[in-house]
Amino acid sequence: MKELSYHSVHIDASLCDGCLACVRCCPTQALRVRGGTALMPDDCCIDCGECIKACSRQAVRPLTGSLAELSKFDYTIAVPSLALFTQFDPAEAPPAVVLEALRRCGFDDAVGLSAACMTVSETIEEFLTEHRGQHPVISSFCPTVVRLIQVKYPTLLDQLLPVLSPREVVARDVKRRKVVETGLPPERIGVVYVTPCPAKMVELVDHPGLDRSNFDSIVSIRDLFLHLMTAIVDVRRGGAAPPETESSAGLRWALATGLTESRSAEDMLSVGGLPNVVRILDDIEKGKLGRYRFVECHACPEGCVSGVLTVEDPYVARARAVRLIQTLPPAGDTDRDAVRRDYRAGTYRMPHRVVPRPMRPLHDDITIAITRMTERDRVLSSLPRIDCGACGAPTCRAFADDVVRGEVGEDACIFIREQRIQSMVGDLASLVRQQVHGGLS
Amino acid sequence: MTEVHFSRAFEIRGGDITNAGRVSTEIKDLLKGMGCNASFIRRVAIASYEAEMNVVMYARRATLVLHVTPEVVELDLTDEGPGIPDIDLAMQEGYSTATSEMREMGFGAGMGLPNIRRNSDQFVIDSVVDRGTHLTIRVHMA
Repeated sequence: MKELSYHSVHIDASLCDGCLACVRCCPTQALRVRGGTALMPDDCCIDCGECIKACSRQAVRPLTGSLAELSKFDYTIAVPSLALFTQFDPAEAPPAVVLEALRRCGFDDAVGLSAACMTVSETIEEFLTEHRGQHPVISSFCPTVVRLIQVKYPTLLDQLLPVLSPREVVARDVKRRKVVETGLPPERIGVVYVTPCPAKMVELVDHPGLDRSNFDSIVSIRDLFLHLMTAIVDVRRGGAAPPETESSAGLRWALATGLTESRSAEDMLSVGGLPNVVRILDDIEKGKLGRYRFVECHACPEGCVSGVLTVEDPYVARARAVRLIQTLPPAGDTDRDAVRRDYRAGTYRMPHRVVPRPMRPLHDDITIAITRMTERDRVLSSLPRIDCGACGAPTCRAFADDVVRGEVGEDACIFIREQRIQSMVGDLASLVRQQVHGGLS
Repeated sequence: MTEVHFSRAFEIRGGDITNAGRVSTEIKDLLKGMGCNASFIRRVAIASYEAEMNVVMYARRATLVLHVTPEVVELDLTDEGPGIPDIDLAMQEGYSTATSEMREMGFGAGMGLPNIRRNSDQFVIDSVVDRGTHLTIRVHMA
């Protein structure tokens, strides 16, 4: 058995009542209920967080860090997702106020992503101009989409954009700057991402394209929210707001359409929501959509504003993002020559190729796997195919996979069990009849 | 040839644009379940998708039989349809009999059959006008 990879969710068996909500919503069928409780996800989990949302008993929890972890460092910097700015009314708490509130929540400094979004956007343009491989190039900034491609679409890994995300760029650059400013060793300085979703935890623990993430810790918007509310009131009471550092163009990146709209190009697509992303990746794999240069994919329907660990309703958050895009100052001019120079120097390139982590086949030996596929079809044909879930698998087909892998017996299906009981009752009845007749004669 | 094999037959309906592409998605999923390597799956996916779309666009119905052994995947497609009068012409890149509606939907670039040939190791096509077309596509795993 291969070593299980890291996943950003934890299932507390003592809280789980085996209701199947998480099993049914999982887009890669990574979850099963066995013996009345949900098991930890299989390797094919893509950290989308759907199970966290679906669980009404809070048995499925995200493994983000806590504020208490900040005491490990002598100096801490918060780098919030752009989605954080959509969690508060921008009329009362524009980005500058939210960043200041973060500083009052225990962080020594807070830095926004807008400027890095502009640099990365130019870098992408440079990359696309030079790209001679297959099209479309697929964005790599949503960790769930990257995992989905590693797990279900490894054929598309060569098309994954090998450019650092704005958040990693900021984390790297701010750390360098703070080392100089504070004179502290890098390990005493903690760069903390304020995340809208659990998927970013995966990058922190095992970044698919870097030796290690430039972040040292992650806290969720959900966990910070109440502290921030109090701090915002405090900042506003203090009078004059600090100068705005975020830009209109930067805030576009909080939405699913951020990248493509900011370039307003006809040969780019943006896709939000996992079922839609799956459909698009399926099409790309079949050789369709080659006429598009770039596809921006987000696991969450509206982009990061609808992340699982946000607090505000995604549509309210979206409306606020739109308002911020209209009201924030435009981005300052990006020095294109500098970007081009940095691009040539590899400053914004992901150093490693993202490797496949394909879903477990029916067996590692293809000969056995083929035999098992035939067997799977046989098992499936004996099942009711109504996906009732009573066996703890999301579909009859997933259950048939489990059976041929030897993980469960066919009689874990209540319909098969019923048939077997009926036939045993029939056998028993005829046995009794024989006995009775035998006795009488 | 080894004894080990997997087969399944799929029905494809001509004109059924809502389900177009489903069979090739299913084939892709089956091959992933058998642990075939990525670039191989991609070739089969493209070849089977193009073959499936040809039926949806031009034929009345077809049966596609998938046959998998540890060495090779074979797609055997028999359709009932108009047939192809001049196969050599149809095999040329850019040649298409697609209607303007089909072209508006992004089809009919005249790359279907050439794409199948490019993504297969063996490709046999024969056709009878007013009867139908028969394709045998083989893609080797190694």
